[in-house]
Amino acid sequence: MAAPPSPQYARRFNPRRFAVMLLLYALLVVFAVVAVGPFLWLLSTSLKSGQDILSYPPKLLPNPLSFESYVDVWRAQNMPRFLLNTTLITFWGVLANLALSATAGYALARIRFPGRDIVFFLIVSTLVLPNTLNIVVNFITLVELNLVNTFTGVVLPNAITVFNVFLLRQAFLTIPRELEDAARMDGANEFVLWWRVMLPLVKPALLTVTILEFVAMWNLYQWPLIVLNDTDKFPLSVAIARLTVGELSLDFGNIAAATVISMIPVILIFLVLQRYFIEGLAGSVKG
Amino acid sequence: MALPPSQPVAEGRPVQRDHAAPSRKAQRRQHALVGWLFVLPTVLIFSVFTIFPILLSVPLAFFNISLQLEPTFVGLTHFKRLANDANFWNAMKNSLLYLAVVPPLQVLSITLAVLLNRKLPGTGVFRTMYYIPVVTSMVAVAITWKWLYQDRGLLNGFLASVGAIHPLEPVGFLSDPRVALWAVMAVTMWKGLGYYMVIYLAGLQSVPAELGEAAEIDGANTFQKLWFVTIPLLKPYVLLCSLLSTIAALRVFDEVWVMTRGGPIDSTMVANAYLYKTGFEQLDFGYAAAVGLALGVVVLVASVGVFIFNRRGGLNYY
Repeated sequence: MAAPPSPQYARRFNPRRFAVMLLLYALLVVFAVVAVGPFLWLLSTSLKSGQDILSYPPKLLPNPLSFESYVDVWRAQNMPRFLLNTTLITFWGVLANLALSATAGYALARIRFPGRDIVFFLIVSTLVLPNTLNIVVNFITLVELNLVNTFTGVVLPNAITVFNVFLLRQAFLTIPRELEDAARMDGANEFVLWWRVMLPLVKPALLTVTILEFVAMWNLYQWPLIVLNDTDKFPLSVAIARLTVGELSLDFGNIAAATVISMIPVILIFLVLQRYFIEGLAGSVKG
Repeated sequence: MALPPSQPVAEGRPVQRDHAAPSRKAQRRQHALVGWLFVLPTVLIFSVFTIFPILLSVPLAFFNISLQLEPTFVGLTHFKRLANDANFWNAMKNSLLYLAVVPPLQVLSITLAVLLNRKLPGTGVFRTMYYIPVVTSMVAVAITWKWLYQDRGLLNGFLASVGAIHPLEPVGFLSDPRVALWAVMAVTMWKGLGYYMVIYLAGLQSVPAELGEAAEIDGANTFQKLWFVTIPLLKPYVLLCSLLSTIAALRVFDEVWVMTRGGPIDSTMVANAYLYKTGFEQLDFGYAAAVGLALGVVVLVASVGVFIFNRRGGLNYY
């Protein structure tokens, strides 16, 4: 497949090889345009001024450049509030997943306790059975627990996923036994052992959970739509989707600006933690 | 952390050697306690919000449930209604069409993975770009595409400029009932390509290079190597991606709800959107449970089907 170019090839120009390379890059570029083109068009629309937004045939680039859509939507919609709501939901969601996967994954990997296999089997079995009804049942549960219209109600059913437990269990399993024994010799109790010795060793797995859950919680739509009633509590996803009900044409500059604002944090954190995100997705193969 | 009295170990304090070996039994008891303390929060939340809904999905459909009144047993009423509900069958039909189109086409992302796996200079940048739709919210994606799909949007503008359509007769991507479902499917697929590509890429990287080299010695060209060596070895990954995309296709909601709300004239109303509508707009939870149960059965059958299809025939290249 991807054999490193041998020195002979590198030395002299090979027209066939050059043509193949050209074709490959052309394909890569076409796919890139397909993948990010729609977002660039959204960005361009958000930076256009009033009448340019609806000009037809469409103008590809914003000219003159205008930030009025951003200013407008920031004023007209309660954007700071929505941003804060999304941030809080994401923060608690990520934290809950980290805490629960780090504890449960540890116990399932390294502590022998009666009932462990039953717990493990129970968690695995939910992967096989369809859970098409969870939104209905969980909503009724939230009504009973008096958690409708709260962030707790949004976060709680998303506080842990099977995949994250697996991921951490797998990571804890790879730690050599000797490290554990050494720590015990030094007098560490179970809690200290977990916190000071084990957790630092599974940092990559924890970062994977962080990026996966950040993306998942930031982008959550259906569940907050069901749970939250007050506009003041809406995350960005629900608030922006609500702007689009009916005809887009009225205010699309504003909608585009709000959508771009909602995308920036998640793309930034993805760029920073990209490696762990990829490992996470690829890990689902082994998990 | 509570510890049995037989083991006088506290945080940070060194073990007193004479007590260092607690009895086997005490140690086992301590392990049981610590183990359960560690898994308990997860088990609790998991039981309430994941296992409980699965257990309840069958019995719930036999009750009338509203938020004010006590649930009442209604037997097969909901299922009889389901059988005669044209809207339900329409939603089921749309979901099955989704299932027939989207999961088979995710295999195309193997192309992307193969391209990236050649590790040409700069592929890292391309890979990052292909992931952008994956990490972006479906809401943002749906809004973006709704804008592209407008009568006077970029896509119609492009089609008119190359002469594929008359400028005054735009394609009603989301307003023509014959086209809308396909337009929504395209968005689901577009967003999923990068996701499946990552999984296939992981698969490609697990294919040992010696196999390709052996084929080369036997005189295989690049395409033969790809078709006869690499792709067959990707089979487990094809199975995984097929399963994931099958389940996802049957549970589509966000893109439909943001772009069309199931319209025009219910042409994009898929099963999960219908479940949402009956449950959370009409607040008829018992009936929604019947819809959900029917959908759950389809998910189960489709998943088993994918498994069998991948086991024999189908995508077997050997």
